[in-house]
Amino acid sequence: MENLNLILPEIFISLSIMFLLIIGVYKKDSSKLVYNFSLIILFITGGIIFNETLNVENVLLFNGSVIIDYLSSFMKLITIIAALMALIISSNYLKTFKILKIEYPILIICAVLGMMVMISSNDLIVFYIGLELQSLSLYVLSSSGLLLYGCSLIYGFSGSTNFEVIANNLNTNEYALTFGIVFILVGLAFKISAVPFHMWAPDVYEGSPTSVTLFFTMVPKIAALTVFIRFLYVPFVNLIDQWQMILIFLSIASMVFGAIAAIGQRNLKRLIAYSSIGHIGYTLAGLTTGTNEGIQSSIIYITIYVVMNLGLFSCLLMLKRNNKYYETLDDLSGLSKKHPLLSLSLLVALFSLAGIPPLAGFFAKFYIFKAVIEQSMYFLAIVGLLSTVIAAFYYLRIIKIIYFDEEREKYDEDHSFWLKFSLSVSTILILIYFIFPGQIIDVVSKINII
Amino acid sequence: MNFPILSSLILLPTIGSIFLFFSRNKEGNNQTIKYVALFTSVVNFLISIYLWYQFDPLTSDFQFVEDRKWIEGFVNYKVGVDGISILFIILTTFITPLCIISVNNSVKNRLRDFLIAILIMESFMIGVFCALDLVVFYLFFEAGLIPMFLIIGIWGGPRRVYSAFKFFLYTLLGSVLMLVAIISIYWINGTTDVVKLLEVGVDTKYQNLLWLAFFSSFAVKTPMWPVHTWLPDAHVEAPTAGSVLLAAILLKMAGYGFIRFSLGLFPEASETFTPLIYTLSVIAIIFTSFIALMQEDMKKLIAYSSVAHMGFVTLGIFTIQQQGIEGSIIQMISHGLISAALFLCVGVVYDRMHSRLINTYGGIITIVPKYAVLFMIFTLAALGLPGTSGFIGEFLILMGAFKDNFLVAVIASFGVILGAAYMLWLYKRVVFGKLVNQELKKMSDLNKSEILILSSLAIPTLFFGFYPEPLMNTIEVSVQNLIYTYNLKIN
Repeated sequence: MENLNLILPEIFISLSIMFLLIIGVYKKDSSKLVYNFSLIILFITGGIIFNETLNVENVLLFNGSVIIDYLSSFMKLITIIAALMALIISSNYLKTFKILKIEYPILIICAVLGMMVMISSNDLIVFYIGLELQSLSLYVLSSSGLLLYGCSLIYGFSGSTNFEVIANNLNTNEYALTFGIVFILVGLAFKISAVPFHMWAPDVYEGSPTSVTLFFTMVPKIAALTVFIRFLYVPFVNLIDQWQMILIFLSIASMVFGAIAAIGQRNLKRLIAYSSIGHIGYTLAGLTTGTNEGIQSSIIYITIYVVMNLGLFSCLLMLKRNNKYYETLDDLSGLSKKHPLLSLSLLVALFSLAGIPPLAGFFAKFYIFKAVIEQSMYFLAIVGLLSTVIAAFYYLRIIKIIYFDEEREKYDEDHSFWLKFSLSVSTILILIYFIFPGQIIDVVSKINII
Repeated sequence: MNFPILSSLILLPTIGSIFLFFSRNKEGNNQTIKYVALFTSVVNFLISIYLWYQFDPLTSDFQFVEDRKWIEGFVNYKVGVDGISILFIILTTFITPLCIISVNNSVKNRLRDFLIAILIMESFMIGVFCALDLVVFYLFFEAGLIPMFLIIGIWGGPRRVYSAFKFFLYTLLGSVLMLVAIISIYWINGTTDVVKLLEVGVDTKYQNLLWLAFFSSFAVKTPMWPVHTWLPDAHVEAPTAGSVLLAAILLKMAGYGFIRFSLGLFPEASETFTPLIYTLSVIAIIFTSFIALMQEDMKKLIAYSSVAHMGFVTLGIFTIQQQGIEGSIIQMISHGLISAALFLCVGVVYDRMHSRLINTYGGIITIVPKYAVLFMIFTLAALGLPGTSGFIGEFLILMGAFKDNFLVAVIASFGVILGAAYMLWLYKRVVFGKLVNQELKKMSDLNKSEILILSSLAIPTLFFGFYPEPLMNTIEVSVQNLIYTYNLKIN
């Protein structure tokens, strides 16, 4: 195995999890220590990925069941960064709510490991194992049965679990195979909470601690999106006629429903849940095109979305007064008078989420629609753009509450360094993205799946 | 590579606003903040005058072109000016310092943020008129929504939230279709570079749909009847400086867009849809003039008169006659000056009496004589009295219209009469008549800065009314070329 260094990140993270568990068992009150260690572990893993695999074009490992390519390396890196930031900015929150037990960071790292396995999977079984590890850590098990059923159907009709072998053995006239694909698509749609499989998301997002919601809105979606790409475009790219309509439906339903349902929400976390449903709709729109350009636009979208989301949640985590966190829209009322910088960051993040130029969110949508219109899917493009107008309404309403309404009491200002860091970095990235829009395209354009 | 003068015009206000952003926001600091903003915008104005001085009016090519790689292999950051766009840039840089001077009285709180919004707005507006790439154009066109939304929403009147939302969503809804069209043009022609597109043209079979998509955006922004309803709301609720920017410059983006993109890129479709534009323009001229007659609120009256004036502009553009298009451009410039001045005039009395209702006033001629004189000049200019720039524009537009379509021109001419009716009636009710409201006696006449602002608007209004040559010279060759290529393409 001369290529073992390519799965070094996974190996390192697995060993670290055991190490952390041992510390947790043998040392009393080690939660702070484990938390710090887990940050370092994530950081080092990111470094390993950056060093070892980022320039690997396409290598198959373990009899072709694991794949390391540009797509997997890029998505793993984004996953690690998002997870690291999610963990690091919620330190004060975790302390306040006394949920900084040793289990918390360990479970997060386990989930990240699961996602990395998912991202690298080139085989139904490896994919399922990664997914289960991730789900077990995060407790979203609803769709696993469907996925497993879909996997077994596909195995039954193609004779293999390996993506490439499936692609070669594919008999496009086999309708039962389509059932298999549909089951897996539904399972994945649950994971990324696309309409109509979104019902769990608003309740979970609202009910979870903000630190967990932050994690949920970003990290699992990156991994699930990668599997979406890999699954649809490697074994089943020839069946595009059969899955394209499903994906278009998921995309349109998510965009429209996400935009309309968010209007009535008063709780910010619930609102973000619906808004993330809408954003998943745009991401899926890129995948419907069946072109490399579409896939790349989706990847750019999810990357920019992660940055905007980090900014938004950093703001949310700053709404603290006397050890109590506030999370309804009314709590934002008149924020701009006492917290001008915080409000400005929120303003930037919200306008960007609404897709108004010259902020980064506009470019994300722009690439998506460019790819969609290239395939002459005008209906999808126009519905998508009209739902951005509807969505703009509720983003504007938040801005209205922040800037136009009566002010409330002041919030605490003793935020941790990392929280301020994440807020300012994400705000600046969103603001100045338009100066160097080519950079991310250069990186992503190496990802050619088809 | 020459000095990037257009990019510096676009960037300078933003740089100024960054300075303001890092200044301390204290009450005593307000004067300094204002001087910094004023200094930035005046420097920008001087640069734009230098630009005009350097501009060669004898060629219809784009000048001062800058072309930089932006998104590799897709969009270039390309800016440049020709005779059509340069005047709008100068109008923008001329109006902005006046807005900044005028905030003295109307904006009480958060002056620094207000000035930042105005300066950023200026950057975006100049960008719109310079952009020579459709994506860059769209970027600036849409980006202007953010500062304007905040200007109306934070510093506006009692119904500001409703107006700000209406403004934002109307414009956004209109614009998203334009985005679809822009991307489609990229896939049809392989470029979004306006200069290349103007040369090769867009395939005829797609033109109608593309034209309609652009139209949906420009019609909302112009605003044309029946999508004009956001304008009165936005004007009434916006602070004076916001109304001025809105009326003087924002509305011109759409007229400019019609000339540059609708006529330039889609000549066949423009020919097809000319009757539509004529109908909507005539309705706008007549219908909104009647609405203006009935208004009780001064700002609303001027807002509706803007819709009517912009009706003349769209009418003139689609005559595709030399006079018509030149008239439209001059009408836009002069309406920029006049409507700005009229909103400032309303602002002056509003600051003193806190009422915009016409019946609050009456008989103030003896109390505020200077105000009455300046207000008179702009009233007469707005109704198109010979000797003011308003006359030149309307006259040329009607001349072009008579050449192209007699009936439309006759109906539109009634708009001139109606315009005279509502403007003179407004003036009569506010300035002349008996002094009934005793409160008015406390009103003070114009102070120095107000005289400065209003007279610096009055001078070009009168000057270009008597001597429009500098404007005509600048735009003539470009318009000639536009019409020449237009006729070449449709035949």
